[in-house]
Amino acid sequence: MAVTDAPPTAPPVKEPEDRSFGRLLRATEIDTRLLGMLAALVIIWVGFHIWSDGTFLTPRNLWNLSVQTAAVAIMATGMVLVIVSRNIDLSVGSMLAVIGMAMALLQAEILPDWIGFDHPLTWIIALVAGIILGALLGAFQGVIVAYVGVPSFIVTLGGLLVWRGVAWALASGRTIAPMDSTFQLLGGGSRGNIGAFWSWVIGIVACIGIVLLLLNGRRQRIRFGFKLRPLWAEITLGVIGCAAVLGAIAYLNRYLLPDQVARQRVEAAGDVWPAEGIGISFGLANPVLIAIVVALVMTFVATRLRFGRYVFAIGGNPEAAELGGIRTKLTIVKTFAVMGVLVAIGAAVQVARLNAAVSGLGQLTELYVIAAAVIGGTSLAGGIGTIPGAVLGALVMQSLQSGMVLVGVDAPLQDIAVGVVLVLAVAIDSFYRRRAT
Amino acid sequence: MTTTQTRTPLVDMRDIRVAFGGVHAVDGVSVDLHPGEVVALVGGNGAGKTTLIKTLSGAHKADSGEIYINGEKVAIETPRDAKKYAIETIYQTLALAENIDAPSNMFLGRELMSRWGTLDDRAMESAARDVMGRLNPKFENFKVPVNSLSGGQRQSVAIARAVHFNAKILIMDEPTAALGPAETAQVSELIQQLKAEGIGIFLISHDIHDVFDLADRISVMLQGKLVGTVRKEHVTMDDVLAMIIIGKLPGEATASELEDLHG
Repeated sequence: MAVTDAPPTAPPVKEPEDRSFGRLLRATEIDTRLLGMLAALVIIWVGFHIWSDGTFLTPRNLWNLSVQTAAVAIMATGMVLVIVSRNIDLSVGSMLAVIGMAMALLQAEILPDWIGFDHPLTWIIALVAGIILGALLGAFQGVIVAYVGVPSFIVTLGGLLVWRGVAWALASGRTIAPMDSTFQLLGGGSRGNIGAFWSWVIGIVACIGIVLLLLNGRRQRIRFGFKLRPLWAEITLGVIGCAAVLGAIAYLNRYLLPDQVARQRVEAAGDVWPAEGIGISFGLANPVLIAIVVALVMTFVATRLRFGRYVFAIGGNPEAAELGGIRTKLTIVKTFAVMGVLVAIGAAVQVARLNAAVSGLGQLTELYVIAAAVIGGTSLAGGIGTIPGAVLGALVMQSLQSGMVLVGVDAPLQDIAVGVVLVLAVAIDSFYRRRAT
Repeated sequence: MTTTQTRTPLVDMRDIRVAFGGVHAVDGVSVDLHPGEVVALVGGNGAGKTTLIKTLSGAHKADSGEIYINGEKVAIETPRDAKKYAIETIYQTLALAENIDAPSNMFLGRELMSRWGTLDDRAMESAARDVMGRLNPKFENFKVPVNSLSGGQRQSVAIARAVHFNAKILIMDEPTAALGPAETAQVSELIQQLKAEGIGIFLISHDIHDVFDLADRISVMLQGKLVGTVRKEHVTMDDVLAMIIIGKLPGEATASELEDLHG
């Protein structure tokens, strides 16, 4: 064995004390980074709740928070892959504007001439067109990065300016509205959600998923004779996971439609509106569902598919990836194309929510998306990052922002706070990373 | 210094040239390799050994020259081409992606897939355990990123990768550079074993003792040119040192030049 001599002055390594919390952590093998982020989130939430005199943690505010987080979370999952492969995409916000504008023009001005306004197919045509446009714009930038060899920072900095200009030129700076009524459902709002019942269904499916995941993990360990987690740790994990999911659903379901909207809905169904009223829940909003599906799909792509493995290998050692026979350039183009597709989905959510496209759409979004990925543990040096981390990062960013809006912090101060938190988060992270190695 | 073997060589590299800018890193070098043979490539730093071998492994394109595999002319332009001809390479840098685990590194670019088109990590890990069981039975860290492994363990991963894919031609660039004595002995044993299986090995090494232990023939390079290829049993270590340092074949060097070698 290669012997590495430790300097004689090195202090003796202290065994961590076996406190019960530490024991719980080790036994459950929870990622401490993820746990740290959750703790930060709890601190932010509770802090704002107190500061806002008890309005932050209301079902209504959390529901709004979930909707506001969705678009950034969707795009942050793609940014993880881009950053892991040692690139960056600064053009996200401007691309969002171009694609949003294109989708809006399509459904508000182009398609009505052909198939009429509010045609049942309008929303899907607009969405698919947007996704194709996103893939093309992303791939185009990716080709310049990978095959021409211009650093991604420069290519996408150019993109940031170019696409913003194109977005303006597309509609000469006009605001395009209104959107197709089905398309609007993508943005949430009083109609774009799934109600209490289906929210519960999704919660229960998620619980089954958690249990299956734990069981499968245990089976794998038995198969290979790995050390098993103690049974109590597995059960604790399962119970905590399921309780968190179902608790969140129960809490969000307490956010009810305004009486007027509820009444319209009841009467439209041919029922009589009772004098005492009926509470109808919003349930999970469509953009949140989209974000959950995107996060699951992207986690699958990043961890179970060859493409994801290659992205991480390139980030870890580009030369090794090349020597391993990976088509590294093509892989880079694909990461940018995936980013473009996710920007298109994010654009659809934003435009649907605003029910309009303006040429200032998505301004500074690139920075929030990058910040979400980085706060979520993605290393700008490449090779390291997770999709769930980025989603959590998006939630942290959005919590800070909405919290400050809620308590009435001045806009410049908001920017200062977000900037400070970003740097602080990365500083703490790199400190622990250094200690860990 | 041609050999008298009449079989078609496994690898025949003829008149290979590679230039970086105006510098001729490899300048008209020809070497060959037979099945079950170890050919050592030796020479000082910057002699062009690694560059020469990179043209065979697909990491670098030759400017001119021809490569024949089993008598058939081939074009090797990418690492994928080389692997197609069952050429495996253990690079001096190991060429491992530090952030992913050992099985993923072993199968990088050639992943085993499940029938759903997803990565079959279970099968890859099990295959990795098989190979590692032969190479380094003490190796147990199959689930951690390779950057948390020791130098020797990382080397085993790089070697396991080359061995697993049934190489016919194996290129080893300083395979023992990061190893301690016990592991070096293990690698020597492995080379003997692979040789017995009929695999041809190009071995680049700085260690003249290793070279004399393992090689059948020794090709010496100096400043991008081939000084000559000699059979091990025909030469002494001093002869080879003379070739490496002053570029003269056995018998060509004068007594005083040989004297200088020992300073």
